[in-house]
Amino acid sequence: MTTGTIAAPTLTGAPHSDNVLHRARWAASDTLTITKRNLLALTRIPEALVFGIIQPIMFVLLFRYVFGGAIQTEGTSYVNYLMPGIFVQTVCFGAVSTSIGLAEDLQKGLIERFRALPMARSAVLAGRTTADLIRNVLVVAIMTAVGFLVDFRPTTGVLAYLAGILLILLFAYSLSWGFAVIGLSAANSETAQVISFPLLFPLTFASSAFVPVADMPSWLQGFATYQPVSVTVTACRALMLGGPTAIWVFQSLAWTLGFLVLMVPFAVHKYRTRT
Amino acid sequence: MPYAIEADSLRKTFKGKHEVRALDGVSFGVAEGTVFGLLGPNGSGKTTAVRVLTTILKPDGGKALVLGHDVTKKANLVRSLIGLAGQYAAVDENLTGRENLQMVGSLNHLGRAQVATRAKELLDQFNLSDAGDRTLKTYSGGMRRRLDLAAALVARPTVLFLDEPTTGLDPQSRNDLWEVIESLVGGGTTVLLTTQYLEEADRLASTLSVIDHGRVIANGSPAELKADLGATVLEVGLESLGEAQRTAELFATLGSHTPTVNGTVVEVTVDHGPESAMAGLRSLDTEKIVPTVFTLREPSLDDVFLALTGRRAEDEGENEEVSTDVTPPGRRERRRDRAAGSPTAPGVRP
Repeated sequence: MTTGTIAAPTLTGAPHSDNVLHRARWAASDTLTITKRNLLALTRIPEALVFGIIQPIMFVLLFRYVFGGAIQTEGTSYVNYLMPGIFVQTVCFGAVSTSIGLAEDLQKGLIERFRALPMARSAVLAGRTTADLIRNVLVVAIMTAVGFLVDFRPTTGVLAYLAGILLILLFAYSLSWGFAVIGLSAANSETAQVISFPLLFPLTFASSAFVPVADMPSWLQGFATYQPVSVTVTACRALMLGGPTAIWVFQSLAWTLGFLVLMVPFAVHKYRTRT
Repeated sequence: MPYAIEADSLRKTFKGKHEVRALDGVSFGVAEGTVFGLLGPNGSGKTTAVRVLTTILKPDGGKALVLGHDVTKKANLVRSLIGLAGQYAAVDENLTGRENLQMVGSLNHLGRAQVATRAKELLDQFNLSDAGDRTLKTYSGGMRRRLDLAAALVARPTVLFLDEPTTGLDPQSRNDLWEVIESLVGGGTTVLLTTQYLEEADRLASTLSVIDHGRVIANGSPAELKADLGATVLEVGLESLGEAQRTAELFATLGSHTPTVNGTVVEVTVDHGPESAMAGLRSLDTEKIVPTVFTLREPSLDDVFLALTGRRAEDEGENEEVSTDVTPPGRRERRRDRAAGSPTAPGVRP
């Protein structure tokens, strides 16, 4: 077969470039485009967002008014103990939407189109996780209002409170990348969901989120104290209500950083090599 | 003439429970500014070839060039030169038509103003202006395909890949889409088109490769392929299997091709339709056989396949067309390949 050389035609798009700075700039721009696309989709299916808000509200009501009376917490009211746990649980469940969303994009053939476009390989994932982060910000803001309605009263001031929220948002963001790997590995969105929730349940319930760990069987206490969700709940609780803070915040940030360092390259690799 | 697309001994094997050789040394060249058809049944490797050429999939071996650039070494450059429209309308159904086109424009790194102008132009060109600001959930199948094709054209690619662009469309939408594709070619775009319909390849493509089990089994223009095949197919339906057998024996002398019996239906490819039909009818009359159906028709892909391979194209995964499965093309093809490769369960999805 003979090879003819054809000059690249004049393009309306930006010229292709291997320059690192250019590539970084386009990666940021592509991520923004995908983030915007995912947020737009969110406004087009408000049911999903409404359900994402109703579910944690149900948990607040359930624990605050049904189970709460039977749970003893030292030094603070149960609702004060509960709300940081609810925040963390909510953002963790929110991170599942990363896996479901990506599995849907794969299923519908959108990822195929993206992979044939001259866009950054990381942008589909970064855009998805960023959109889910923004969604989480919205949900946490609403949950804060709900908390105040049911007598949640943080004691450490606005800045510490915001630091607590920031900590859990970062944690959820790092989890999103882990769920991105699941979304890219699952055959469809149902499978992604089926894989994701059983992973999250032990992490959110065998934790210090709803019940003091001291009341659990001794064999469970070690896991329930030091697993990443518990550590983040404890750190958030300390930031909002006082108590030893730095040690927990440090541990939570370590988990967040650890997840990111492991999961970001893994997820991007999955995206690139997915057949 | 220089080639806009070149595939040289492409190989790709999907590993898994059943190892599938999706591409088993596929080579072809597409001249600049022409339409090339890759014709084959489900699971033949068409989609895999497109996915390799559009940088989505890395081949295990061989070489693929688009406008002279190696698709594995210069993937990002190639991506900026091509457009891809898929078998399954790969558009975001939560966005409006305009938003979909603008998203693809931004991801092609067009300027902001250009993104807006180009989206408007394409919506006009594809008769989607009125529907441009509605979400895709309200679009018909034909509208989605048109938008999918429009999305592939946002960055004015010089090489366009269309993977089964009209599969599953009604005849009217199919015809509309064909007209659009024809107008593109008039504009100098090189098009690689995969299809399972000979009619589609016949109408659009100037050259074809017929592909089966990951190998190219025939090359040429649609006219050449049909000429090799014989011009017409004579199809006769009978009342009993015995009559069908007898008819096949009678028709064996009609032309150079051997008749095939499929239940009570006998088919034979003939060179001179009307003459052969009369001869056929006369021979049936002498045996007092009265056919229930008697048809002359143009050869289909099935006939091409039958002539080239001795078996029917639709033996593999004929249930695919009516399927509502939304698995992306790559995965579908692999599944089909697996199904086809498994002797006990043709067409059954694992």
